[in-house]
This record gives sequence, structure tokens and C-alpha cells, in this order.
Amino acid sequence: MDFGILQQYGPMLLRGFGNTVLCWALGTIFAMALGLLIALVQRYAARWVRWIIQAYIEIIRGTPFLVQLFVLYYGGPLIGLRLDAVPAGLLGLTIYGSPYFAEIFRSGFRAVPVGQIEAARAIGMAELTIVRRILLPLGLVSALPALVNFSIILTKETVILSIITVPELMYQVQRMSTETFRYLEANLVLALFFWALVETISRLGRRLERRITRHLLTERT
Amino acid sequence: MQASQVEIRKVNKFYGPFQALKNVDLTIPPGKVTCLIGPSGSGKSTLLRCINFLEEYDAGEVRIDGQLIGYDAPGRKMSGRKLREMRRSIGMVFQQFNLWPHMTALENVAEGLIRVRGLSKRDAQARAEDALRKVGLGDKMANHPSRLSGGQQQRVAIARAIAMEPRLMLFDEPTSALDPELVGEVLTVMKTLAAEGMTMVVVTHEMGFAAHVADQVAFMDAGELIAAGDPASILHQPQDARIQSFLRTYHERNSF
Repeated sequence: MDFGILQQYGPMLLRGFGNTVLCWALGTIFAMALGLLIALVQRYAARWVRWIIQAYIEIIRGTPFLVQLFVLYYGGPLIGLRLDAVPAGLLGLTIYGSPYFAEIFRSGFRAVPVGQIEAARAIGMAELTIVRRILLPLGLVSALPALVNFSIILTKETVILSIITVPELMYQVQRMSTETFRYLEANLVLALFFWALVETISRLGRRLERRITRHLLTERT
Repeated sequence: MQASQVEIRKVNKFYGPFQALKNVDLTIPPGKVTCLIGPSGSGKSTLLRCINFLEEYDAGEVRIDGQLIGYDAPGRKMSGRKLREMRRSIGMVFQQFNLWPHMTALENVAEGLIRVRGLSKRDAQARAEDALRKVGLGDKMANHPSRLSGGQQQRVAIARAIAMEPRLMLFDEPTSALDPELVGEVLTVMKTLAAEGMTMVVVTHEMGFAAHVADQVAFMDAGELIAAGDPASILHQPQDARIQSFLRTYHERNSF
């Protein structure tokens, strides 16, 4: 193995990693936001709206990300949706991640005891206020570990963006590989980068979890 | 304090084919304590929850100071806004306390004052402090529910309800989830409220409380209201065989 080659390709790989982190962060935030919206609509909307959304969830969860991305990037122009690689990649991540996040939020909401919602209703609190003040804070706490977990899964889904030429780490690694034939070295570097990213996210997640559950640990006797 | 009167007329409630309430008639007089007793599954909690429409009754009427709750007219549901308006003057205390675990005792009590009554943070806090002192928790205001005993949590829940200045208080088995030695402190707070002339409806298994504090005791069995009257007539000279058998079981269980 020869890692000397990295001196030449290092800056390019670093740029790629930067793009990876950026795509992951934005994609995750958008997917989470859409997922939250879906979960709330699922909870309160009319039956036919819920049915349509459920169909969306099933379709997106039932198909590979790679295929969704192809359809979006190469099929989009057919309906006038012409996107550059990066926006297409972000939109793809958002769509792909949203149903999973929606399910995570849904289960988080279900973990909030009905009685605590009823207590709010009983004093005449409006539904939207209940969502904001009771359901969201408590539901998010229950959902947090699963949210972090799926965010970690999404880091590794970003490599698929390379097939629509988003210049993220995988894309750069492939370029380096074909130019130098150093497949192994290039992919080991990629692995190292991802491992560092995931480790960081997971530590931040645990710290956040400790912080927000500080008051919730009920001592049962 | 103005106390509400509740009239329950021919109220029916179904869960699918199961009828939880059968033509229940009961008048809750203003400023008095009414205890609902009866075996579990008899419909007393369901009836209580119909009074603030947490449980939607299917037929009949529940009127609070003459105003129908839950419906504008038979079969036509009331708007959410109107229902919330009515609920503001009805306090409720639950078996499981149902405090919001992410808020301190003070925040639990102030929350409704800020978000429902629209009070400023400072006014709400002052009023919440008063309410907490009233239930004897002046020194626990900064505690989260996880740092309070069951009895203290239930007293916070009572403070949360009375801070809203209700004209009617509903208690759904307020002491059933408590360790026996913590029951007393909650009942004491409830007696104070009763003495102040609050209209109270209490679903309870505490026959002692019913006998000593209630002005009216109503006995339910299998969704029916069997009898209602002053505590002595229901608890000491019950006419109905079902009440006699219920009280016999109660006495047997509580004697040693």
C-alpha cells in the first residue's frame, strides 16, 4: 500500500468530505422537517389525507434510494424538474429520509402518555398549543435515540449521490481510484472519514440525550 | 368564588356494542361535594369524564349552569373553541396525576395561566406560587415531578387545576395510585377545597372520605346510577342489594 499519493489527492478528498458533511447535514435537516410535518399531519388530518400520505410512505420505503435518485435526476426533466446535481441530491435525500423520520416521530408521539395530553385539554388548552408545549417536547425526547440512529444511517447513504455526480467524498475517491489505480488506499481513507463522522454524531447524540432527559428520569418505588 | 351546578340527564355512552352508561340522571348541586362510588367498570369514571367532555357521550344532556357541554344541539358537536371556553372553568384531577414531566411544579401550574388565560409570565408565576403554597408545596416549586412523591405530585395537579379558578372540580380516583401513607395529605387538601364551597365531583374508593366529606353519594353499577342521596342513607342504610353487597366486600377487604 502506498499512502504517499494522498499528498497529491488530500485536498481533493477533504473537499469531497466537506461536501459529504454538508449534503448529509442539509439532507438530514430537510428530511427530518418533512418527516415531522408528515407525522403531525398523520396525527390530525382527515382520513383521505392520511391515506395519501401513507401511500407516499409505503412507496418511498419500498424502493431503493439509488432508483429514486435516478428517477428524480433523469426523469425529473421530463416533467420540467431540471435540477443540478447537488440540489437533486439534497431533494433526493429529503424524500428518501422523510418517511423513516415520520415513523420515528409517530412512535415518539405515541410514547407520550394520553393522560398528559388530556390534562392539557382539560384546562382548555388549544390543540396547536398542546402540540407545541406538550406533544413535541415529550415526543422528541422519546424519539431522540432513533432520530440519531437514522441520521447515522443517512451519512452512509450520501455515497449514492456520487452516481449523479455530486462531488462528495465517494465521487472524489472514485476519481482518484481511476486516475491512480489505488482503489484500496482511496476506499480506506473514505472509510476512515465516515467512521470519524459517525463517531462524532453518535457522541453528540448521547450528550444531547443526557441533557434533555435529565429531569425525566422518574424514580419508581 | 362562584360555584357551578351540573345537571346530567338521560346520558348514554357506547363503546361499540358495549353500553358504558345507561340513561344516567344526576344533579350535582352547587358548592357541594358529590362522591361517585361503585365497583370498577361501573361507569363512574366515564360519567365523570363526560362532565368536561373528555369522554363524548352519545345521547342525553350534560349541562353546566344550564349550558349544554359538547354539543350545540343534540347530535351537533360544539366547536373546539367553545368547548375549550367551557373547560376553562372546570378543573380536573387524574388518578395518574398527569403532570408534565418536562416542567417544574411551578411551570406545571403556570402553564395554563400563560397559554390559556393569557396572563403575563410574572402574574402567572405569582398566582402559581399562591396555588402551590395553598396545597402546602411552597418549598417544592422548583422541583420536577420526578423529584416529588406521589402525594406531592397529586397536590401539584390540584394546584394546577385551582390556579385556573374553576367553578367546578372533577376528581378521578385522586388517591388510588398513591401509597396508603400519602393518601391523607391529598384528602386534606380536598377537604379544604370543599370547605371553601367548591362544587366537587369525586370518583373514589375512599369510603371514609365519602362518608365524612360528601354532601351527596351516588352509587353506580354496570353503567346505571342505582341510587343517589346523602351519605348516611347510601352508606349506612342502603336499600339496594347491589349497594349492600358492594359495601360488604369493601368492609371485608378493609378489615384485618
